[in-house]
Amino acid sequence: MRYITPRKAAEGLGSAHEGTQHHWAMTVTAVALLILTPLFMITVARAIGLPQELLVVYFGRPFPALITALFIIVGMLHFIKGTRIMIDDYLQGGARKAAIIASVIFGWAVIAFAIYALARMGLGAIVVI
Amino acid sequence: MADVNRGNRPLSPHLQVYRLPLAAITSIMTRITGHALVAGIVLIVWWLVAAVTSPGAFAWADWVLRSWLGFLVLTGSMWALWYHLLAGIRHLFYDAGYGMTIEASHKSSQALIAGSVGLAVLTLIVFFAF
Repeated sequence: MRYITPRKAAEGLGSAHEGTQHHWAMTVTAVALLILTPLFMITVARAIGLPQELLVVYFGRPFPALITALFIIVGMLHFIKGTRIMIDDYLQGGARKAAIIASVIFGWAVIAFAIYALARMGLGAIVVI
Repeated sequence: MADVNRGNRPLSPHLQVYRLPLAAITSIMTRITGHALVAGIVLIVWWLVAAVTSPGAFAWADWVLRSWLGFLVLTGSMWALWYHLLAGIRHLFYDAGYGMTIEASHKSSQALIAGSVGLAVLTLIVFFAF
């Protein structure tokens, strides 16, 4: 019998000592994506079927460019933190580390590819003018 | 550790012999749809990068995007996105302490399935009508 109350294990950040920031980041990105998701669906739906010249002009415009950039950046950050929860649930040891590293690299790579494409489209329009 | 009762806790279900309740199915579907959305986003980003690469690269990406496979991936992603969004709203309510009884989670599970399918059908109708 040790004289420690159950409160000792529960108070503060709990036995894991972390996770509050992770949960809060998921909440913030989730609320942002509630707004961005319908706007992104409309943006992509309007672009499907356009020929290449018009597609480049379309995503060079402010609204489609900003919605697409925001959706992919916030979405992939939400993805990185979301996969982290799944990886922590199902994998241990070296496999867990490898999966976390792969998930973070993949998430940022998707962001970089999307921003590169959008930058080329937006800046391309200025060069043409 | 604290002197707490460790012998009388509920055990997690044995998944091979346990029929998942609707709330458990809709809960795991949130994780599955979230991760499956990778397919849709990769397809769209590939399409965007191809558009600034070369006419040949774009022709290939655009052909895949508008093929039956692309339609399947995009339509599936669109439904998964609606599902994940509605499930996310439910999580925000859970976090605030609402809807966590068995009856409420059963009702919200039904609303989740009906709502996501309804929104997906509506999205397809709007897409093909305009």
